[in-house]
Amino acid sequence: MKILVPVKRVVDYNVKVRVKADGSGIDLANVKMSMNPFDEIAIEEAVRLKEAGIATEVIAVSCGVTACQETLRTAMAIGADRGILVETDVELQPLAVAKLLQALCAKEQPQLVICGKQAIDDDANQTGQMLAALQNWPQATFASKVLIANGKASVTREIDGGLETLEISLPAVVSTDLRLNEPRYATLPNIMKAKKKPLDTVKPADLGVDVTPRLTTLKVSEPPKRSAGIKVADVAELVNKLKNEAKVI
Amino acid sequence: MSTYIAPIRDMQFILNEVAGLEEVCALPGNEECSVELVESILEEAAKFATGVLDPINRAGDSTGSVCKDGVVTTAPGFKEAYKLFVETGWNSMPFSPEFGGQGMPAVVSMAVNEMWKSANMAFGLCPMLTGGAIEAIAHHASDELKQKYLHKMVEGTWSGTMNLTEPSAGSDLAAICTKAKAVGDGSYLVSGTKIFITWGENDCAENIIHLVLARLPDAPPGLKGISLFIVPKFLVNDDGSLGARNDLICASIEHKMGIHGSPTAVMSFGENAGAIGYLVGDENKGIGYMFTMMNHARVNVGLEGVGIAERSYQHALWYARERVQGAPIGDKSGIKKPILHHPDVRRMLMDMKSRTEAMRTLAYYAAANIDRAHAGDAAAQARVDLLTPVVKGWSTEQGVELTSTGVQVFGGVGFIEETGACQYYRDSRITTIYEGTTGIQANDLIGRKLAREKVPGAAMKTLIAEMTADAESFAGNAQLAGIAVNLKNGINSLSTAAEWLLANYDSKPQAAAAGSVPFLKLTGIVVGGWLMAKSAAIAVKHIAAGTTDDFYTAKLATATYFAAHQLPFAAAYSAEITGGSESVFALPENLF
Repeated sequence: MKILVPVKRVVDYNVKVRVKADGSGIDLANVKMSMNPFDEIAIEEAVRLKEAGIATEVIAVSCGVTACQETLRTAMAIGADRGILVETDVELQPLAVAKLLQALCAKEQPQLVICGKQAIDDDANQTGQMLAALQNWPQATFASKVLIANGKASVTREIDGGLETLEISLPAVVSTDLRLNEPRYATLPNIMKAKKKPLDTVKPADLGVDVTPRLTTLKVSEPPKRSAGIKVADVAELVNKLKNEAKVI
Repeated sequence: MSTYIAPIRDMQFILNEVAGLEEVCALPGNEECSVELVESILEEAAKFATGVLDPINRAGDSTGSVCKDGVVTTAPGFKEAYKLFVETGWNSMPFSPEFGGQGMPAVVSMAVNEMWKSANMAFGLCPMLTGGAIEAIAHHASDELKQKYLHKMVEGTWSGTMNLTEPSAGSDLAAICTKAKAVGDGSYLVSGTKIFITWGENDCAENIIHLVLARLPDAPPGLKGISLFIVPKFLVNDDGSLGARNDLICASIEHKMGIHGSPTAVMSFGENAGAIGYLVGDENKGIGYMFTMMNHARVNVGLEGVGIAERSYQHALWYARERVQGAPIGDKSGIKKPILHHPDVRRMLMDMKSRTEAMRTLAYYAAANIDRAHAGDAAAQARVDLLTPVVKGWSTEQGVELTSTGVQVFGGVGFIEETGACQYYRDSRITTIYEGTTGIQANDLIGRKLAREKVPGAAMKTLIAEMTADAESFAGNAQLAGIAVNLKNGINSLSTAAEWLLANYDSKPQAAAAGSVPFLKLTGIVVGGWLMAKSAAIAVKHIAAGTTDDFYTAKLATATYFAAHQLPFAAAYSAEITGGSESVFALPENLF
C-alpha cells in the first residue's frame, strides 16, 4: 500500500508574523520557514504504518516554490521514501492544491492520503476535504488514532462532544489532528540518507492543472490590540456587562 | 522564560561565507558533506536542542546529579535525553565511518556542538568528554583496543572520561602519583585517586571508558614518566559484551558553583585487587597522548564560552523586550517603554550580540582550519596551533563577562534564581578554569605558540601580515573605513606586544609571563575584530548588490560596534604588556 502525504512549507511556528505595510499579506522576506506541524504528524503516521509493515511506500508531496525541496528533505529525513515537488511561483489556494494532488493520485495510485488537518499559515482546513470530494473517496478528518486492517481504516476523531470512531474503506483521505502522534526527531544517518532519496520535480502544467487563484485577498490586518481588563464585583455585574457592554449573551 | 532558538542564520553565514564550508566539503574524505546537507543538519539539530536539551537545563541546575553509595543518578530528564541523543546518532557525527561515525568535518560539528552547549552545557559535557577519549584512542591505541572500544563510544552507548587531575596534581601534571603495574598478560593494575572527573560516573551510558594517567614502577620522574591507560567501568569480553565490574568506584561527586547537571566525580581506582587497565600506545608517553584529547577539548571548551554567551543573550533579549520601565532618556512622549529602548540596556545587548558573534566566527574559523590541517595543509595547522589557546582562553573569559552582563540586563530579578539568568553566569564560570586555566592557555600562547616556536613568532607574523593586508583593502570602502582604522590600530598594538614578548621572553621570563593573559585577550580582540571586519566586508557587498536580507544590515552593525567598542582595548592591553609587566612584581611578598 502506497501512502501519499502532502507537506506544506509555512512560516515557522516560532516566528511572530508581521503584516506587510500595504495590507496585502504577510511579510515573508527572510522569515524562517518550516514544515507545517500538522503535516509533520501526517508524515510520522505514514512512516509508522510503513514500519508496522502495513504501508510499502511513503511519498511526500509539496506544492509551491523551489525552496519546498527543503520541506521534502525534512519529510524524507523522518522516513518518507521519496518526494515530489510540484513547482510553481503562483500563490496556491486549497482547490488548486487538491487538484494537483488529484492528478498525482491518478499517477501514483495511493491507497491512503494522510494530510495535516490545516496549515498554520492560512488555517484553511479545506485541501483534504476537497481532495476526497474530487476523488470521490471517503474521508475522515481530525484523526487522533488510525488503524488500518482489511482494506479499511478505523479512524478516531476528536469532535466537540468527545471522540467519534469512523470506519472507512480505502482508498481514502485522512487528516491529522494534534494528538495523533508525536513526530520523532530525525536521526543524523537519516538526515544524510534523505539527501540521496529521489526527488522529482513537475510543473502544474505537466499535471494538466490550472492553478490560477480564484480567490482575491482584499486586505490582511493585525487583530485589534487587546484592551486592558477590568475587575467585576460579582457575578451579576459580570452577566450585566456580558449582556449589555460586550453583547455576547 | 525564554526558549533557546539556534542562531542558524548566523551559523550559516559564518560557515558558508567566512569559514569556507564549501571548500572544506571538497577536501578528501569529506565527499559526503555538502552545504545543503549542513543546512538540514543544522535545522534538525536545532530542533533537538530546543525540544529536548533546553527544557531540562533548569532541572539539571536545580536538582543536579546525586551520588549515593557510588551510584550517580543524573538530573530528571537527562537519562531519557541521552538515550534519544544516542538513538538519533548525534554522538557519532564527527567520527570516522570506520567505527560507525558519520565523518562530518570539524567545522560542522562546531556549529552543532554550539547548540548543545547553549541549550544545556552540563549535558553537552558528556559527549564532549567521550569525543576527547575517542580521539586519544583513535590516534594512539592499538587496533585491538580501537576495535574493542571505539564502536560503542562513537555510538555513545558507552561514554568516555579523562582522568588527569589528582589532589596534588592540578595544573602540574608532573606530580601525578596514580600507580600502574604490569600483570604479565598484557594488562595492568591501576590504583590511585583522581578528582574533578567530568561525567566520571553516570546512569546514562552502559559503560564508562576512563582514560587514566598513571606511573609505572620504573618510570622516570616528571612528565616523561606518565603513561595512559584505558580503564573501563565494566570489563569488556572478547565478543564485546560487558563482563565483571572493574575495581573502581565513584567516591563522591562535587558540590559546585555551576554545571550541576554534570556529575563531577572523585574516582577511586584499585581499592581492592586493582583496577584492570590497558596501555594506550607506548609506556611513558601518556602526556603527549593526553594532549590529543586536550587540544580537542580546549577548542570545545572555548565553544562553551560562545554557547553560554549566546544563551544568556537570548534570555536577556527576551526580558528586555518584555520588561517595561520608565520612558527612555530623550523620549519626549513620556510613554514608558520596554527596557530594550534604554541606551545602556541597548549597549549591553549590542555588546553581548557582537562579541558573541566574534567569538563564534573565531571558533568556526579555527575549526575550518582543523579540517584543512587534517587534509595536510601545514599553514592551516600552524594557524590552529596558534589560535587554540585563544579560542579557549579568550572565548571563555568573554563568556563569563557576557553572562554577567546577561544578569545585569535583568536588574534586581537577575540576582534571583527563578529568572534563570544566574544559571548561565554560574555555569560559565568553570570554563576559564578546566582544560587548562586562562593562565595556562596564555602561557602556551606566548611560549610554544610564539617565543618557542621553531621560527619564533612565525605563525603570529603570518597572521598579522594577512590581517594587515585585509585592513588595507577595507580602508577604501566608505562603509568599512571606520572599522579599518580601528582594525589597523589594533593590529599595530598586537604587533608591538608580540615583538616585546619575543624580545623579552628569554631575558625576563617572569615579566613576559605576567603579560601573558593580557596578550591572550589582545590576540582574541584583534583576531575577532579582523574576522568581524571580514564579515562586514561580505555584508557590504551583499548590501551594494541590493540584498533584501536584513541579516547583512545587522552584521554590518554588529561588526561596526565591535570595531568601535572592542578594538580600542587592544592599545590598552598592549600598553599593559609592554609597560606594566614588571610592576606585577613591584610589591615584595611580605607586603601582601
